[in-house]
Amino acid sequence: MPGVRALSSPDTQPPSLYAAREPIFPRRVKGAFRTLKWWIMAVCLGIYYITPWLRWDRGPNLPDQAVLVDMANRRFFFFMIEIWPHEFYFVAGLLIMAGLGLFLFTSAAGRVWCGYACPQTVWTDLFILVERWVEGDRNARIRLHRQGWDAEKIRKRAAKWTIWFLIGLATGGAWIFYFTDAPTLAVDLVTGNAHPIAYTTMLILTATTFAFGGFAREQICIYACPWPRIQAAMMDEDTITIAYRDWRGEPRGKQNVEGNGDCIDCMACVNVCPMGIDIRNGQQMACITCGLCIDACDDTMDKIGKPRGLVGYLALTDETRERAGKTPKSVWSHVFRPRTILYTALWTAVGVALVVALFLRSPIDVSVTPVRNPLYVTLSDGTIRNTYDIRLRNKSGEDKWYFITLTAGSRFNITLEGEEGTKVLVPANETYQQRVYVEAPPDTEGADEERTEIRLWVANEDGTERVSHDTVFNGKDDD
Amino acid sequence: MCAKQVTKQPAKQVETTGHSWDGIEELNNPLPRWWVWVFYLTILWGIGYVIAYPAWPLIKGATPGLLHASTRADVDAEIKRFDDANAPIKAKLVAADLNAIIGDKELMAYAEPAGASVFRNNCAQCHGSGAAGVQGKGYPNLLDNDWLWGGDMEAIHTTITHGIRNTTDPEARYSEMPKFGVDGLLEPAQIDAVVEHVLAISGQEHDAAKAAEGATLFADNCSACHGEQGMGDRAQGAPNLTDAIWLYGGDRDTIKHTVTYARFGVMPNWAGRLSEDEIRAVAAYVHSRGGGE
Repeated sequence: MPGVRALSSPDTQPPSLYAAREPIFPRRVKGAFRTLKWWIMAVCLGIYYITPWLRWDRGPNLPDQAVLVDMANRRFFFFMIEIWPHEFYFVAGLLIMAGLGLFLFTSAAGRVWCGYACPQTVWTDLFILVERWVEGDRNARIRLHRQGWDAEKIRKRAAKWTIWFLIGLATGGAWIFYFTDAPTLAVDLVTGNAHPIAYTTMLILTATTFAFGGFAREQICIYACPWPRIQAAMMDEDTITIAYRDWRGEPRGKQNVEGNGDCIDCMACVNVCPMGIDIRNGQQMACITCGLCIDACDDTMDKIGKPRGLVGYLALTDETRERAGKTPKSVWSHVFRPRTILYTALWTAVGVALVVALFLRSPIDVSVTPVRNPLYVTLSDGTIRNTYDIRLRNKSGEDKWYFITLTAGSRFNITLEGEEGTKVLVPANETYQQRVYVEAPPDTEGADEERTEIRLWVANEDGTERVSHDTVFNGKDDD
Repeated sequence: MCAKQVTKQPAKQVETTGHSWDGIEELNNPLPRWWVWVFYLTILWGIGYVIAYPAWPLIKGATPGLLHASTRADVDAEIKRFDDANAPIKAKLVAADLNAIIGDKELMAYAEPAGASVFRNNCAQCHGSGAAGVQGKGYPNLLDNDWLWGGDMEAIHTTITHGIRNTTDPEARYSEMPKFGVDGLLEPAQIDAVVEHVLAISGQEHDAAKAAEGATLFADNCSACHGEQGMGDRAQGAPNLTDAIWLYGGDRDTIKHTVTYARFGVMPNWAGRLSEDEIRAVAAYVHSRGGGE
């Protein structure tokens, strides 16, 4: 075996298979991307924390929470939209849109999700903000890290962890508000009357927020998250992503020395990086493309009077062009290309289909199941009877009468099990099953034909809303 | 193209394990240390789990574990919880007037699905899972409006409770059709005549001359149970011979067989096997299949 020789050679010192995490102390930075990230963070956190508290009037006996996932009653409320379990395809459609949206953004601009909108990034950013506020900027934090556990360190760490814990608590707390009435649950939580599952969920999410945002940080992106690995497959040479223009920056070194490039090796890009990497090593899996190194480098370029953009968003095809001294193509020509246009078209198609489906939902929700065991029943006078189980869904908060009829002029008769006449009272906010009998008198066409198409109508009391359902009537087929 | 450009960058030197196969070196990218701790934690968790939960298989069962967890016990507790929750409505069902059950939406909301499960477990073997019986084999269809012993709640309840032609229960409904042919009560020619008469009154093709002869024989031999018009008698479970429904079949040969050998369909009593609330639930279920009176 070829490997035997290498293995039998005496290893002096076996290399370590495990490495401790290297602590990262991101420096404060100002610039366009940092400002953008503050805004995105404010919007994302705002949506997350405030949404459960929005109210939406749906009339009597229905919840007034704008966004509510009511697991116990199997209802999903989203402003004017109410989804019942049988309409779960709307949620599937939204997930497909979310997936296509990620494809679109990734193929156009790389890991923008990771860099700007991912909860791990947003909360880590928030935790670093708290860290900086309590313990000071990069140098102060490095000093504190090396310092022994004296009174100052204990005080600062305790303060930081307390704030982190409170943020975690608020995060876990906000999550459970989506699943039940938020004001009621808030009172229950404080008075100790909430369900143990509420407390457990809240504490687990508090713990994960605290651990992921405070300590795990970039480890989640590098080791735990599958997304960075999938994304590489979705990027191509037209995808704009963050790059170091080495042909301009190298060889790095002292400013104003003949032969040196624009990079003065000030390490600003490395010091601000929340992932602790050096963007000058090129594209790498740990880079979440948050753009902070661009801000840091632009700041340095401004100070030494060189043009900005030594680190910047760049497509791979432009790299060769720029290297050859040609002008790069415009950003839009990279963003608009068949692939992104296809993703946009698919995304839009699914979106339009969902909206159309939403507005074409019939006001009365009915499904009809013909009873096939047996196909028909012969009555004593020879009448042939078919049975149908009709499910009526009353989405309003009040009990409603529904009228079940056949198309006018039909030679069939219709009766309802346990009801006088053809109307039935459906309880509020419920699915109600009604057994319906359709009969063909003996020796009529319906009784003797093997199959007859029939149409059932369901209407509300004043006839303003009605919906039809086509089904079949099975006659005698013994010939 | 991409790879070429990247290699131009001064790549960070990665430690090797010192192993080399035909010049291919094994790099060492160490795992994060916390990953190992998580692995040790899972081992600790495993040890705790083995102590706390049933784990080691023995010849009968397994070690119980300190928590004495048992999914069977969980299921029992769950069933008991539902039984307790149903207790008030069951009591109400048992206390209710039989005829009032059908009109009571609250009782029916419980009785119909409960009766459906009782039916599928106990009745479907003969009456079919759709309650349509077995046509021509003597298992009555419970969906139609033809009842041998009555189709209101009280009649159905009595039938289920005591059974039909069931000798183990003295209160069971009982009747016996004579074996007109086997016991020599009628001559073969007379049987043929009676059969023609039955075909006539049920509106089927028949020999008019024979049927006229059969009418007299019918009045003498059959009308005591089946009625002068052949409309049947529910007090004796005698079927209506004039309608479109035949328990064993309504063609000439089958009727002749019935008159010659007679029929003796039986049903067991369910009192003692089913509780009163189950009997009432299944009675309500049968009643609400379309034929209830």
